[in-house]
Amino acid sequence: MPDTTGPATRAPSAPAHSNAALRALLDSLPGVDEAGVHARVADLATRSVKTTAKARAIDLAISMVDLTTLEGADTPGKVRALCTKALLPDPTDRTVPPVAAVCVYPDLVRVAVRALESTPVGVASVASAFPAGRAPLEVRLLDTRYAVADGATEIDMVIDRGAFLAGDYRKVYDEIVAVKEACDRSDGPPAHLKVILETGELAGYDAVRRASWLAMHAGADFIKTSTGKVSPAATPAVTLVMLQAVRDFRAETGRQVGVKPAGGIRTTKDAIRNLVMVNETAGPDWLDPHWFRIGASSLLNDLLMQRAKLTTGTYPGPDYYSAD
Amino acid sequence: MSDRPTPHTVSTPQESGPGALLYAPAPESRAVVSLRAAYGHFIDGEFTEPGEKTLVSVNPADEEKLAEVSVATEADLDRAVAAARRAYDGVWSRTSPSERGKYLYRISRIIQDRARELAVLESLDNGKPIKETRDVDIPLAAAHFFYYAGWADKLPFVSPGVPAPRPLGVAAQVIPWNFPLLMLAWKIAPALAAGNTVVLKPAETTPLTALAFAEICQEAELPPGVVNIVTGAGATGRALVAHPGVDKVAFTGSTEVGREIARTLAGTPKRATLELGGKGANIVYSDAAIDQAVEGIVTGIFFNQGHVCCAGSRLLVQESVAEEVMHRLKERVARLRLGDPLDKNTDIGAINSAAQLARIQDLAEAGRDEGGEQWSPPCELPSRGYWFAPTVFTGITQAHRIAREEIFGPVLSVLTFRTPEEAVEKANNTPYGLSAGIWTEKAGRIPWTANRLRAGVIWSNTFNKFDPTSPFGGYRESGYGREGGRHGLEAYLNG
Amino acid sequence: MADTATAPEPASTAPAPAPATAPAPVSRRLPVHKTYKLYLGGAFPRSESGRSIPVTSSDGAHLANAALASRKDARDAVVAARSAFGPWAARSAQLRGQILYRIAEMMEGRRAHFVQETVDAQGIDEAPAQDLVSAAIDRWVYYAGWTDKIAQVLGGGNPVSGPYENNSSPEPTGVVAVLAPQDSPLLGLVSVLAPVIAAGNTAVVVASERAPLPAVTLAEALATSDLPGGVVNILTGRTAELAPTLAAHADVNALDLAGAGDLATQLETAAAATLTRVLRPEPFPDWHALPGLARITPFLETKTVWQTVGR
Repeated sequence: MPDTTGPATRAPSAPAHSNAALRALLDSLPGVDEAGVHARVADLATRSVKTTAKARAIDLAISMVDLTTLEGADTPGKVRALCTKALLPDPTDRTVPPVAAVCVYPDLVRVAVRALESTPVGVASVASAFPAGRAPLEVRLLDTRYAVADGATEIDMVIDRGAFLAGDYRKVYDEIVAVKEACDRSDGPPAHLKVILETGELAGYDAVRRASWLAMHAGADFIKTSTGKVSPAATPAVTLVMLQAVRDFRAETGRQVGVKPAGGIRTTKDAIRNLVMVNETAGPDWLDPHWFRIGASSLLNDLLMQRAKLTTGTYPGPDYYSAD
Repeated sequence: MSDRPTPHTVSTPQESGPGALLYAPAPESRAVVSLRAAYGHFIDGEFTEPGEKTLVSVNPADEEKLAEVSVATEADLDRAVAAARRAYDGVWSRTSPSERGKYLYRISRIIQDRARELAVLESLDNGKPIKETRDVDIPLAAAHFFYYAGWADKLPFVSPGVPAPRPLGVAAQVIPWNFPLLMLAWKIAPALAAGNTVVLKPAETTPLTALAFAEICQEAELPPGVVNIVTGAGATGRALVAHPGVDKVAFTGSTEVGREIARTLAGTPKRATLELGGKGANIVYSDAAIDQAVEGIVTGIFFNQGHVCCAGSRLLVQESVAEEVMHRLKERVARLRLGDPLDKNTDIGAINSAAQLARIQDLAEAGRDEGGEQWSPPCELPSRGYWFAPTVFTGITQAHRIAREEIFGPVLSVLTFRTPEEAVEKANNTPYGLSAGIWTEKAGRIPWTANRLRAGVIWSNTFNKFDPTSPFGGYRESGYGREGGRHGLEAYLNG
Repeated sequence: MADTATAPEPASTAPAPAPATAPAPVSRRLPVHKTYKLYLGGAFPRSESGRSIPVTSSDGAHLANAALASRKDARDAVVAARSAFGPWAARSAQLRGQILYRIAEMMEGRRAHFVQETVDAQGIDEAPAQDLVSAAIDRWVYYAGWTDKIAQVLGGGNPVSGPYENNSSPEPTGVVAVLAPQDSPLLGLVSVLAPVIAAGNTAVVVASERAPLPAVTLAEALATSDLPGGVVNILTGRTAELAPTLAAHADVNALDLAGAGDLATQLETAAAATLTRVLRPEPFPDWHALPGLARITPFLETKTVWQTVGR
């Protein structure tokens, strides 16, 4: 479990276990006005982060990246290369910090764990029948247990959007609780659970806020926007609503939950806009890889190029960085 | 003007952690602005020599002198009005409507071309943050000219049943300092589209973008005399309004001056549009989308340092959520960044003048004296210039001065209510009637409330939004007439 | 109030001839004369001042005594108009139209009475008086048809940028003080009053000073036409005494100076203190001309409502 750094000291309130009780809980959340969210996002997007602030922001963003490969064609070799890059993103500049974690399919966890043993870089695995989650619970739990047993330190699971949209909140809740239990490990701390809401399939921001609270109540260590397989993925507005949710959840329960936008964040500008939203919505407490991650693959190279531009004054070309 | 380092940058103290690292000073360059040392008036298409009597326009963020402008004499006004009359009789009323429109389109385009320069100049002269001049004032000013340009050859469609409307003649226009160029656009664009000519007086403390606009008129090759700009203080405005050669008066400013103008015009054939003060109620119901409501409260009172006649200066929050709203509001206000108006990350700029600062301080003191509880976030104010921290007063009732008088500054008075009826009653319990806000997620409650509010502009689930197509203006002592949209043209046409 | 209107008189009843001009035959029935009173809050009180003023015909013959309203009566009328304003403005536009049409019906029923009062007041023959009364009745019909069209003609959506619905609609300005035209005591009066209440305002009318009787008879038609009490309040008396009180009254939202005469500038100056909307008098009004919206729009406010659009 993450530290509870919030101001409140109340124990997490475990809601009663019926659909009605969960609905009452979620319905009590304030609504979200779409135009208002978009206006706030647009306002925050005008923040100018330049020069020294930009250099710090780039390093912070690099340290928050979950460097991800989730392709059918992934190979052990590709994952090993990714791990090398995760540890030392720019071989020509050792001042570049490592990323937060690599994120791979369960069958490649062992490869990543071996490559990253005794390093600060975590191994995250999308488990529980990623990306659709459309498998019997037993299968999803087994998927999770294998990944954990193979050494994954973080598990990214996707909720049952169908059940959520149908109002079967209990099913969603119970599955998260079950996967969370499957994250336990006898030989060490449990894997952190990131719960993917797949916001592109939820209808609107009210649902994003409610799904966030449902996941947090069920024990999510992180709430994550998207699998990356559904469009739209991590829009700034969705991330903003989720940042409000973790802020409010900590105020109410005392437990701090992390946020991970994933998918669609490709440029340094996108990443910095996310950091600005974190800073001005959830607050500076979340400006830390423990509490904010960016799920991305191509983003890292852009961060590296922008970083090189700041340190050397000239733009390197994309071919100066490994394409994976 | 030399490109000097920014005078003041303030980072708010809550950013002592990792957040403090996120922003470095991001000043917009002043190099794009070039000012003369002293300005005359813009009469009959030419700048006059600077007069003997001048005013100094200062940058309210650092009290540095920006330029001197002339104080118009009676003779200056006579010449300006005569030039406008000649242009009206000789040129403008004989210019085909579609050609008139094309001049306005040109002006709109030139404002867009010079957007950066105008934004920086406006921030320098007014003290408002560059992000507002860049994203609100200047684009809206250009949009107003573009909108009214298209009306010039469609005047038979302005008023139902008035197939051949006629312009009024020479319009005297007196504008305030809170949105200098935007208010100029609100005044000049419809006047010209309708076929009038104008003599405009910008505010004493913010004349510079109006003088830049004079250059734009030259660049657009607008016929001489169609637009005349005279500068000066209140006495100049009074003399212009009272000038026997004008047919129409348009004024935006305080209710006090509005009354005076209405008296001056009594018994004359001059028509008037008055956009005056306000004490807008921002009503937050318990079912509101709280995060957006908090944003709206902030926008309502802290946009443009609260120098907004339609500001949501009275927050009416339903008692059952008052505590939560106040908590979130204070957290949000603490994140506002006050400082150098030219810094792109500044949310709150400088108060426009020493006089205005004194008035705000006076009323805040009255609020404290009457038992209100004053709160501001920890906020270091620059040592030079005119500054006032964003301020929230709680423990306020309708009887308190700060709940009744227009403060025209970043000071919010918070009141609570229990029922919708009580909210409406409190909202309407003011001699003003300019604006109001409604925050609720319940569809039927929006029109229920809006129908009962005696105010000319009502924002539901948003606040302080403006658009050239949207009529703006007040009920009761907030003035009369509308600016913007089709309605805005009616004020410049005879039936 | 205990004092209520006299019952509508039958059309055949001629206005009272001046009494005591000829000795009546012993068998002749003594006519019952109407007492001309104020119309305040739906009731017909005398002036609180207890004063009255004799009214003469255009050739100087005594017609009746009219109430001489005081400043206090004027203030009471504003209170009545204010309390009637909210409900009247909130009535559906078509219901307001039906009530205005009902006023026309009630006038038609009193036609002969109006004609005689017009003959007396204006010193004209019956035929032109009939025309004036017809025009006055038809004016109510005209404005009855406007009530539910004003918002459609003058209001509508504004295509603003961004995720917003934006609509402007006209609303009545509130309490309107109307100084009725001095020289057109019926048609002129109806021409200035009907547009004010058609739009949803309530009115305090100062009747023609010299010829107030048609205004009082109009009040009787108003009182029997489903018009809620207080929507129209009619004062008879001296314009110069009443108008300054109304012009300076902070709870009066607008002022129609049609009958202000030489007082116009002074009254407009007084109205400026509270930004009261002022409709200046026309130099040569033609009360027969079809008025369009010209007398409606001065008593309207435009309310613009923004609303966010989103899922």
